[in-house]
Amino acid sequence: MNSLDFSIVAQAWPYLWSGLLFSLALTAAAFVIGMILGTLFALVQHFEVPVAGRLVRAYIALIRSIPLILVLFWFFFLVPIVLGHLSGNGRPVPIGATWTAFITFGLFEAAYYSEIIRVGLRAVNRGQFEACQALALSTFHTYRCVILPQVLRVASPIILSQTIILFQDTSLVYVLSLTDLLGAASKLAQLNGRLVEMYLVVALVYLGVSSAASQCVASLRKRYAMAGAHR
Amino acid sequence: MFGVLFEQTADGQRYIDWLLSGLGWTLALAFFGWWIAFAVGLMVGIGRTVQNRIVAVLARLYVEIFRNIPVLVQMFLWYFVLPEILPTSFGNAIKQIPPPWGSFFPALVCLGLYTAARIAEQVRAGIEALPKGQTEAANALGLTGYQTYRYIIVPQALRLIVPSLTSEVMGIYKNTSVALTIGVMELTAQARQISEATFQTFTAFGAATLIYLALALIAYQVMAAIDKAVRIPGTTPAKDAIEPNLADEVQQVGSLPDAIEVAK
Repeated sequence: MNSLDFSIVAQAWPYLWSGLLFSLALTAAAFVIGMILGTLFALVQHFEVPVAGRLVRAYIALIRSIPLILVLFWFFFLVPIVLGHLSGNGRPVPIGATWTAFITFGLFEAAYYSEIIRVGLRAVNRGQFEACQALALSTFHTYRCVILPQVLRVASPIILSQTIILFQDTSLVYVLSLTDLLGAASKLAQLNGRLVEMYLVVALVYLGVSSAASQCVASLRKRYAMAGAHR
Repeated sequence: MFGVLFEQTADGQRYIDWLLSGLGWTLALAFFGWWIAFAVGLMVGIGRTVQNRIVAVLARLYVEIFRNIPVLVQMFLWYFVLPEILPTSFGNAIKQIPPPWGSFFPALVCLGLYTAARIAEQVRAGIEALPKGQTEAANALGLTGYQTYRYIIVPQALRLIVPSLTSEVMGIYKNTSVALTIGVMELTAQARQISEATFQTFTAFGAATLIYLALALIAYQVMAAIDKAVRIPGTTPAKDAIEPNLADEVQQVGSLPDAIEVAK
């Protein structure tokens, strides 16, 4: 058993920190893209838009039943081809692993957020819709100002839990050789041979960030549970 | 489109044989991992509900640690880090396990213990969903703590959580793909290998995707059949501890704030 030497971690910290920032940026971007698309997907299903509703449902079922790594491989292969077709000349447009990761995580998470919002929409009291009609609000205003804010507020603990899972899942960009927190650690470990210290520190950082966020979920949940009890 | 799968590979097999061997590893990981996860998860889940403070804290710690570290990082901890921090002779013995078992066993332990933390939360939710009267009645009958759990609490709790366990079954078979990072040649790894060998990326990934879809469908049907067989008549399933049923939480959305309620 080699003695552990955590001074190496202090030297490596700036690089690990930049990796962590990448992980957080990827999480944030995927959250924003995923929430916007997910809300759209949920609304398309909610209004039972012909064709589009079915397509979205099939997309979500597909994405939810295959592993994220396979999804990453799919998009790494497909996105350049699709972009090539969109740009007109039909030739694949290489966009690099970083952009692939952002696009993939956004589209992948959209499927999960959409499920959360869809169930939320279904559970809203009918009286809310009727009251909006009585007030002569347009459909857009009904959803924009009345329905969606309520759904998002109550679903916030679950949305946040899903985002914690998303943060942990961003470590899978390792398979695209990107330099996220885990990628940075593994690259350093290959250079300095200190993989025990590197991976232990990475595990601790993930543990710290995720547990802190889990505490927020617990307190959000308590807040809304209290609001419910108060009624 | 899938014709290429039946062509000969460099090692004299067909590409479809690679895929099937990958499927075999995926199934082996998911199946044996599931039983590890179920056994450990049951113990930890029970541990979270017992009176003994130390046991409860240890169980909570287990769940926090295994749920808050990404499964890929845990994979690396079992595969790279564990042999280094064990005593040298023991660590060397682990490193000398011949392939493919040298990466299969760490992956199996990793997936099993990771999923166990999630199952533990479901088990706890199931136990907490039971009426308190069950434990009290067992006490009144003079059952010991062990007997209460063994004959009264656990059998009922497990029957309540079958729907939540479905999502854990789906989770473990999808997470088997993470094992490719430590060299287990499971389904996704084989699909990538075929794509690299033939440049037929669409076919290779398409075939793997169809297999995963079929697995998801089978898992779902089997769990639904189990649920139907063991559901306690007249009960609703316990809330899913990890993806709580949103409908329960959203119920309060539609209700009017107190002030308006009074004015009405």
